[in-house]
Order: sequence, then C-alpha cells, then structure tokens
Amino acid sequence: MYNLWRGFSVGAVVIGGFVTVLFVYAIIRFRRRSDHIPRQAQYHLPAEVLYTVIPILVVFGLFAATLVVENKEVANPKANVTVDVNAFQWGWKFTYPHTETVVIGQTTQDPTMVIPVNTMVHINLTSTDVIHGFYVKAFNFSRYALPGVLNQFTLEAVKTGNFYGQCTQLCGLYHSLMFFNVKVVSKSQYTAWLASTSNPAAFAAAKKTTSQQTSTVVPTKPSTGGGDN
Amino acid sequence: MTDLITPPLHVADDGHDEHHDEHHGPTGILKWMTSTDHKVIGLSYTVTSVVMLVIGGLFAEIIRAQLASPNGTIVSLAQYNELFTMHGSVMIYLFAGPFAFGGIANIIVPIQIGAPDMAFPRLNALSYWLYLMGSITMLMGFFTAGGAANFGWVAYAPLSNSINTPGAGADLWIGGLLLTGFSAIFTGVNLTATIFYLRAPGMTMFRMPIFTWNMLVTAILILLAFPVLTAGLIMLYCDRHFGTHIFSVAGGGVPVLWQHIFWFWGHPEVYILALPFFGMATEIIAVFAKKPVFGYKSMVFATLTIGALSLGVWAHHMFTTGVVLLPFFSIMSLLIAVPTGIKIFNWIGTMWRGELWFTTAMLMALGFLITFLIGGLTGVYLASPPLDFFTHDTYFVVAHFHSIVMALVLAGMGALYYWGPKFTGYLLNERFGKIQFWLLFIGTQVFTFPQYILGLDGMPRRIAVYPHSPQWKTLNDWSTLGAVLVGVSMIVFVVNVGYSWKKYPAGDNPWDGQTLEWFTTSPPPHHNFYRLPQIRSERPTWDYNHPEHRSLAHGIDPVHHHELAHAGAVVAPEPESDDGA
Amino acid sequence: MRMEAKILLILGAFFGIMFAVYWRWSIEDAGGVMMFAGMLLCFLPGSYYYWWSRRMKARPEDDPNATQTQGAGVIGSFPGTSIFPFTLGMGAFFVVMALVFGIWFLVPGLALAGWALLGATSEGRRGGHV
Repeated sequence: MYNLWRGFSVGAVVIGGFVTVLFVYAIIRFRRRSDHIPRQAQYHLPAEVLYTVIPILVVFGLFAATLVVENKEVANPKANVTVDVNAFQWGWKFTYPHTETVVIGQTTQDPTMVIPVNTMVHINLTSTDVIHGFYVKAFNFSRYALPGVLNQFTLEAVKTGNFYGQCTQLCGLYHSLMFFNVKVVSKSQYTAWLASTSNPAAFAAAKKTTSQQTSTVVPTKPSTGGGDN
Repeated sequence: MTDLITPPLHVADDGHDEHHDEHHGPTGILKWMTSTDHKVIGLSYTVTSVVMLVIGGLFAEIIRAQLASPNGTIVSLAQYNELFTMHGSVMIYLFAGPFAFGGIANIIVPIQIGAPDMAFPRLNALSYWLYLMGSITMLMGFFTAGGAANFGWVAYAPLSNSINTPGAGADLWIGGLLLTGFSAIFTGVNLTATIFYLRAPGMTMFRMPIFTWNMLVTAILILLAFPVLTAGLIMLYCDRHFGTHIFSVAGGGVPVLWQHIFWFWGHPEVYILALPFFGMATEIIAVFAKKPVFGYKSMVFATLTIGALSLGVWAHHMFTTGVVLLPFFSIMSLLIAVPTGIKIFNWIGTMWRGELWFTTAMLMALGFLITFLIGGLTGVYLASPPLDFFTHDTYFVVAHFHSIVMALVLAGMGALYYWGPKFTGYLLNERFGKIQFWLLFIGTQVFTFPQYILGLDGMPRRIAVYPHSPQWKTLNDWSTLGAVLVGVSMIVFVVNVGYSWKKYPAGDNPWDGQTLEWFTTSPPPHHNFYRLPQIRSERPTWDYNHPEHRSLAHGIDPVHHHELAHAGAVVAPEPESDDGA
Repeated sequence: MRMEAKILLILGAFFGIMFAVYWRWSIEDAGGVMMFAGMLLCFLPGSYYYWWSRRMKARPEDDPNATQTQGAGVIGSFPGTSIFPFTLGMGAFFVVMALVFGIWFLVPGLALAGWALLGATSEGRRGGHV
C-alpha cells in the first residue's frame, strides 16, 4: 500500500516537476522583449509523439501496480474472527456473532470495536437507514455501509493500540459526530474481553433488528479483503 | 494588403433593413426581456453566473469561518449541512456551467465562426430564463421553514428521500435543477446546430478555433449527460412524493442506483465544466505568445478523447461502495490523464519560443495551467482504488477538486479580461487586474494545500466540527486564510469593473487577436459582422493582419496539399463582384 | 458535412465498445444501459449527417477554398425580439412551483406555457418582430 502511494508520488513529482520546469523556463526565457513576431511554429511531430506515448505507458504501469495491490485487498482469506458492523443514524453497532457480544454507540460514548492483533478479522458491514462510511485512518481503508447490501472485507491489524474511526459519508444531522474506536489487543486479552462482555439478551435483540434489515438483501458482491498494516 | 470584398450578410429577419441603424421596437427593460441576440443573452448569463459565484463564495467563507475552530459555533450543525450543500450546488450548477456554456460560449462561438447569431435565438433566450428561474428556485429553499437542501450537492439516496429529508427545500433543489437542466440541454442543442450549420464560408471544421471545438464537444456531452440527470431527478421526486421505491430498500429498490445515475451525469458534467475553460486558456495563451496554437490537431483529438472517455469513468466516485467494477473504472480514469497531459504539453508548446506578453488575461491563463496541473496530478491518485479507499470522502478529494475548479475560475477571469473588451467595448484596468490575479492565485494555493494534508491526516468531508482532532486547527486556519484572500480578489474584481466602467475604449483588436471575433468591432454590430475576411486557416484575423507570418504549413487545410507551396505568400484579392450577389 | 458525421459516428462506436466491454464484465445493469443509450444518441444524428453528406454538394463552410461571396444571400431566419422565451420560462417556473408547493400552481404555469408555445409557433409562421 505504502509502496503504491510512493510509486504514484514518484510519478507525480517527476512528471509534475518536469512540466513545471518547462513552464518556468518558458515564462522567463520567452518574455516579450520587442515587438518582433516569433517563428510561427505549430507542430513538432517527435515531441508530440513522445508526450502521447510516454503518458500512456506510465498510465499502464500505474494500473498494473494498482491491480497488484487491489487484488491483495480483494482476496478473502479465511478469518477466525467475525464482527458485524451496523451503521445507523448516528452511531455504530458491533456484534460478534459467535459469542453473542454487542457494542452499541451512545450519545455520550463512542463504541469501541475490540479485535485481536495479528488475526484475520472478517467484517460484515451494513446500514439500517442511510449510507454511512466506515473509515479507520490507521487502516488506510474505508467502505460504505449501504442499506440492503452486505459489504464484506477482511483485515488484519499488526499493531496493538487504540485507533479512531469516523463516518465519512454524509448521513444527516449528526454526521460530524459519528465516531467509533478500534482497539487492537493481544489475543488473550481479546478472549478475556469477549467472555466478560457476552450478553445473550442484548445479542438476541440486536440480531433481530439486523436480520429484519438484511432480509431484503441485494445479492452481495464477492467479499473483499481489507486494509493491511 | 489584401482587398476585402464581402457583401453584407443577409439575414432573413423579416423586413429588417441591413443599413437601418435604429431599432424600432421595445426599449429598456422590455428590450432586455425580449431580446434574442446571443450577445445580450450571453451577457445576462455572464452577469448572473458571476452573481452566483459571489453567493456561493459567501457560503464558502462562512464554512471556512466555522471550520477555523474544532468546535465552531458560527452556524449550527443543521445550517452547516445546508451551507455546504448549497455552496457546491450554486457553484457547480449555477455558476461554472452557465458561465462557460451559457455566458462566454454564447457570446463568442457565433462570432468565432462568422455566424450572425445562434441557430435558434428564441431557444437561446429560453435557456437564459430557465436558468435564472431555476437559480431562484433553488435558492428559495433558504426561505422555507425547513431550510434549503442539506444532503450534499450529490443528494445520495436514501438520505435524500422524504423520510430523511422532508421539506420543501429539497424539492426546490430538485425543481431548480430540472429547470437549469433543460436550460443546459437547450444550449447544447443550440451550440451543436450553430457549429454544424452556421459557419462562414471557408471555415471548415479543422479551421475552427480551439475554443469552438471545445464548445462543440461540451455541447455533445451536455446532450448525452444532462437527460440522465433529469431522469434521475424525476425518479427522486417520484420516490419522495408519489410513493415509488426506486431508491429505497424497503420497497425493493436499490439506493446505489441513484449514485450510478447521478455520476453517469456527474462525471461528464465536470468535463462539461472544464472543457470550455480549457478552450479559453488555449485562446489566451496563443494570442499573448504571438504564436499559433501548438499541436492544433492533437488538441482537437485530445478534446474528443476526453469527451469520449468521460462517459465511461463515472463509478470512480463509487469505489468505496464495494459494488462496482473496480478495474474497468480505474483504467478508464487513469487513461483520461493522457489527453489532459497532451493539452498541457501543447499549452507549453504554444508558449515555447513565443513573445510572452503578461497581461492580466495571460497571467490568469498561466495560473490556470499550474493550478490545473496540481489538481490533475492528484486526480491520478484518486483513480487507483486502493489509494482511493483511504482518501475518499476526506479533504484530499476536496482539495483535489478545488484545485481544479479554482483553475477554472482563473481561466474564466482570464476570459473576462480577454474577451470582455470585445463584447463591452471597454478594457479593464490592468493594475487592478494583476492585484486580483495574485490574490486569487496565491489564495487558491494557500487554501488548497493544507486541505491535501488534512485529508491525508484523516479529516473527513462535510463535517462541521472536529472535536476529537484539535490538531487540525492550524491547517484549517491556513485554509481559511487562503479562502479570505480569494474573497478579497473577488472584491478587487468588482472594484475594477466599477473603476474601469466605460473608461478605456478597446478598439477592434486590442490584443492583436488571431481568430475571427477580433476582426469585427467592439462590441460587434447587430448580426456580428459588417464584413468578413477570407478564411484560409484557423487564424483568419492574424492572416489578414500579418500575411507574412502565416503559421507554418499546418495552418492550411491538409486536404489541399498544393496550398502548402504558397505558405507565407500573400493571397491575391478577390475579384470584385458588382452585382451585389 | 462529412466531418461532423465522422465525429458523431466515431464517438458512437467508442461508446459501443465501452458498452460491450462493460456489459460483459460487470454485474451492474444501469451503466451498460446508459452507455448503450449514449451510443444510439450519437448514431442517430451521425448517421443522418453521413447519409445527407453523400447526397449534398460541398457547402461553402466545408470548402477550404471558399470565398465570402459564396456565402451571400439569406443565411437563415433569426427572430429579432420575442416575449415568448420569457413567458415560457415563467410558465416552466410555475410548473415547478406546482411540483413543490401545490398543484394549483399549474394554472398560471400551464396557461403561460401554453400561450408561449402557441405564440412562438405562430410567430415563427408569421415572421415575428424585428
């Protein structure tokens, strides 16, 4: 991912720098010094061919590099941990299906999604009302939570810590305040946390509302792999 | 000097005598309301769209004031949503498009091809009235109880349905866009018909000025794209009021469909906005370098390629939905960079070995070039889905498109300084102009650069407060400063217009312009021309004024290769025809 | 007319290729339908111009060696002043108000629009004002 960003940046700086140098040279060197009318050159085939062909090659190179990273993100490796993320106006609900744990955001407290480090985590993302954006800056990744669609991706966090996330797709009045946290902990801490927060009653209630929503699901796209750090 | 024998243009406007200088008929405001003269309509469009620019700019200044602190209290959350929605809507729907194809193109294209008017003058007038009433309709939303539209200028479903956004503001937004949409479609029809049917003798397609070529492609794009928006808006209205479920899940609809329809219009729309301004910059750079447009043919092909490709890239706005074909849209979006790059190289080629005259218009065009370069390069990043996943809906995207649109504003200001004297008859003060340029150019960079960094640091768009990230305040303050500079530049512009009012008569050709509009008077007479020169290249006025400096070889229609032998020779005068033909 | 025809036909063909690729490759229908419609929209005038260009002689504006005398004579009909664009615009405005505020706005809307359309048509036949 970072290599891709760097690759694009190198291209941008080189091309942009080249054009800027030409531009600055031109505006200095060819300033009007007299009323002389310059040579009315109108074309230069070699140069034109060059600046048509080289950008095409660069574009295909960038596309190839893009595909490599994209295919890695689209791959869907087997995941041991699954979290159902449900976005709603204006908060987040994290449900851990296998262990009946639910975390719901409240007006005074942003919800925290706890996941274990160095583990494949499969995310099922949807929304119960309007479109929201699930964005965690530290993961360099965002995906829309679409009503009626189950977006799936897999991520693996490689560092423990507390990372913030936010809704990035305008969803109404409190869009600016739709925060959440992702807390990446060690595997043992995760297991302990799961055991302590397991809450069958809340889980059943949460599952009911979610399944009402997904009963009208549009056939989903193949799941996509998520951010890699 | 070649002799000029041209019979006066005969136009069947029903008894109107060509030599009759006085116009009977309505005067005053009734004259303005009933005029079908493309110059009057175009001027109305230009003035109205600049007013819209100021209104949209005011919204922007309030937005920037709100964002200057992490927990800004200048406006409420609800008002903020209205502000950025209307800022984007006013700027895109009501300023940029109408200014380009309704204002400047309306005035300039017929004159550039030697036509007496647009092909459908009354339709042209209708376009203006639809635009004006559409603008008023959209802005009326502010006076309704629920406020103006507040769902972003893109109005994604289901946020824009009647449950989430009840109230007349949204319906006024839809209604206003229906009106302005038809206005644009009619202008597209008019431009295409005019360019296809009303060119002067000798003005073959490959002798048209680049601005006219760009307007032709723009017009075709309008015809292809705007009906899609209109259809989508009608669907949205039906969902809101007639109980349909096109975009709502509960009834079996698909919210993402709105995005497909909207962006199928939306992406060609940004090229509809950009291509005219590219054309303006091309004309300005060529004239103030005293050279022909470099690579004329490749410019034309690049414009056509941009137009063609622009219809196949819409879902790069939807990469994060997870339901679009990523590789297709990625490669198409990356490919658009190629013809755009060709254009930039051609602009530099035009300047190369020229005699650069740095008038305000030229400075604006050069500022456009640099700013557009920055915006275009950052767009390439966004064409790559993995890179888009973490920049989408952040200030990185906001900075990208603001670089682009501010570049367009620079080019538009250049067009006003360049062509303003032609259609008003008076020059604008150059000193004020240069002050305006530096404020606008520097202000643009100062307000966009921090936004690139903020976006990469994770600041999302469309947020009114950022309580968890007070460290973003410094960059936001710099961005606000830049916005203030831009605002001041607009004030300088208005001051300039007032100061220069009827002060500096322009004459026919103050800039030694090359294309046909510089052959006629400033402002042009009724039906545009008293006489026309012979047209043997894409620079008829230049050839007439500087016959010993005709463009080398490729200025002449390539079909008639024997004419290449006469490149540089003075063309013999036409035999006089006494029968008045 | 050949250049104009070529532009539109080549654009249409380009959209056709994009449509074919997209239709085959994606599971989403709307984009393909829209591109197909775009292709048809380009082919419609493009083929008309192509057909016509083979049957007409070169117009002065297609002739690179044309002189301005060849353009002499009546160019077309350019109605001078007319109240009807304004009226039709106001009619359309009231129709939109009907969409937003209440069906009764259709009364002034359709009245104005109807008068404008009738008036503009008869103006076109009669010759209209200068």
